Amino acid sequence: MSVVGQASPLIDWDWIARNVGEITDRTWQHLSLTAVSVGIGLVISVGMAIVALRWRWAYTPITWVTGLLYTIPSLALFALLVPVVGLNATNAVIALTSYTLLIIIRNLVAGIDGVPDAVLEAADGMGYTRRARFWKMEVPLALPVIIAGLRIATVTTVGLVTVTAVLGLGGYGYFILRGLNTFFWTQILVGVILSVVLATVLDIAFLFLQRLLSPWARRAG
Amino acid sequence: MAGEVMIRLENVRKVFPGTTRAAVTDLSLDVLRGECVTLIGPSGCGKTTTLKMINRIIEPTSGRIEIDGRDAMATPAHELRRSIGYVIQQIGLFPHRTIAQNIGTVPALLGWDQKKIDERVAELVEVVGLDAEMMTRYPLELSGGQQQRAGVARALAADPPVLLMDEPFGAVDPIVRKRLQSEFHELQARLGRTVVFVTHDLDEAILLGDRMVVLNIGGIIEQYDTPEKVLAEPANDFVERFLGGERGLKRLALLPISKAHLEPGPFVDISVTPDEARRVMTQHGVDWLGLLDSGRLLGWVDGTVVDRTPLRDLKPRPFLVTLRSDSYLRTALDAVVTSHARVAVVVEDGIYRGMLDLDAIAEGITE
Repeated sequence: MSVVGQASPLIDWDWIARNVGEITDRTWQHLSLTAVSVGIGLVISVGMAIVALRWRWAYTPITWVTGLLYTIPSLALFALLVPVVGLNATNAVIALTSYTLLIIIRNLVAGIDGVPDAVLEAADGMGYTRRARFWKMEVPLALPVIIAGLRIATVTTVGLVTVTAVLGLGGYGYFILRGLNTFFWTQILVGVILSVVLATVLDIAFLFLQRLLSPWARRAG
Repeated sequence: MAGEVMIRLENVRKVFPGTTRAAVTDLSLDVLRGECVTLIGPSGCGKTTTLKMINRIIEPTSGRIEIDGRDAMATPAHELRRSIGYVIQQIGLFPHRTIAQNIGTVPALLGWDQKKIDERVAELVEVVGLDAEMMTRYPLELSGGQQQRAGVARALAADPPVLLMDEPFGAVDPIVRKRLQSEFHELQARLGRTVVFVTHDLDEAILLGDRMVVLNIGGIIEQYDTPEKVLAEPANDFVERFLGGERGLKRLALLPISKAHLEPGPFVDISVTPDEARRVMTQHGVDWLGLLDSGRLLGWVDGTVVDRTPLRDLKPRPFLVTLRSDSYLRTALDAVVTSHARVAVVVEDGIYRGMLDLDAIAEGITE
């Protein structure tokens, strides 16, 4: 690996020590941008999934629109939103949220659809009302798939948050952008490594949550 | 059960949306309290549709369904269903709930307190022959046969007077199926529920049904009678064709040994003289001799060894197959064709009761 014009070591530990406060702030920013975006994404997705489940014909247009949103490059979407909402956190959250929709909705619908017909018929036969059947059977049984969707959406969002550095946000992306501008490797590596670590930690956390909420699926394995 | 109607279907019709031909055209059927009625017929005969209209999993297009004298349409479907046990082929246990929770489903829906539910579940686990340790497991951890037992227990949980079963043993392997069938047969004899049981297995319909309905395409009832009557006197060509070959054998499977006349046969007590023993063999025209000791069956000896030796010094060979008097004639027939002596020997607690030969079995079926 060639380090351009730098005599200093790859990792400048002193810099890290001096910037613990900044790193903590950016960690918080990264986490909150991710959490808010996935959270809002989940709420919107639940609404759309309910519509799609009740009126099946609506599912195709919903996936079409959210699929289209998904294909817009993130940088372009931030730019497109600037005239509407400005160069701020709202802009970032709207864009980040829009990327979560397709994944979460698809998994919500697939999760509910994946509940075996025999289970539904048995639940009907036992005397569940439609509402009770939905909450006590369909939702718990769909949870592993739903959480799997949240997991992918979250990991994706952690990656995308770095791009919001162009809006002056970015979480760890801030370090990457600054480091690239100044050829300061320590900053770039701190941004990259912490992003990967955060994504991994959240990924594992969701896996853990999934197992916690569906012990029945694990024991069958 | 003296003739009291538990389930009544009156001119019931079902046309599925998007089809022109009725799945069930115009079906009327009474099921008496405490009897098990099996529905059988070729695929497309509407047997499952008929069953599922009783608990309104499928809503009839027209007609009337009464359960215990009450119009099934008058109660909300979910309330109606809580008083009807339901078992389906795919079982449909709830994967996210333990076996105990699954079995306790309907009691919980009915708002029983937890202690009462726990007691009932523990009782049912025993009734259907599951291990108590299964209660904390999840359905996917159980074998197919165990799941099916849990399914039956779940259907029985709230003590429903009516039980609907849609090919409940269709998905398990033949050996387990046979065992589940005979266990259910015993269970039903004990509990005396009103059962409607759909099957495509003729032997199952015959074994489990107090009465059986043979349905034709479109839910046409071709015959509704006891299995014995259906086998003995098929109402028409359709029923006869549907029953297929081996009708005689199937009837034998239904007739208890008590229907035939047991004969004493060439059996003597070991206290009689060899001369007397030879006389008995000649009288029966056989070359073997059954030996008894004050009524207890010892076995049989070849006629050639009966000379001057006292009978008690002979070494009798055991009969390979012996039957109890609650066995069926089909089992007796099997014993006849597999035994050296061409007879089926009936023994109760070691005591010789008599024997059957081919003629005696044939008489049982013609009577």
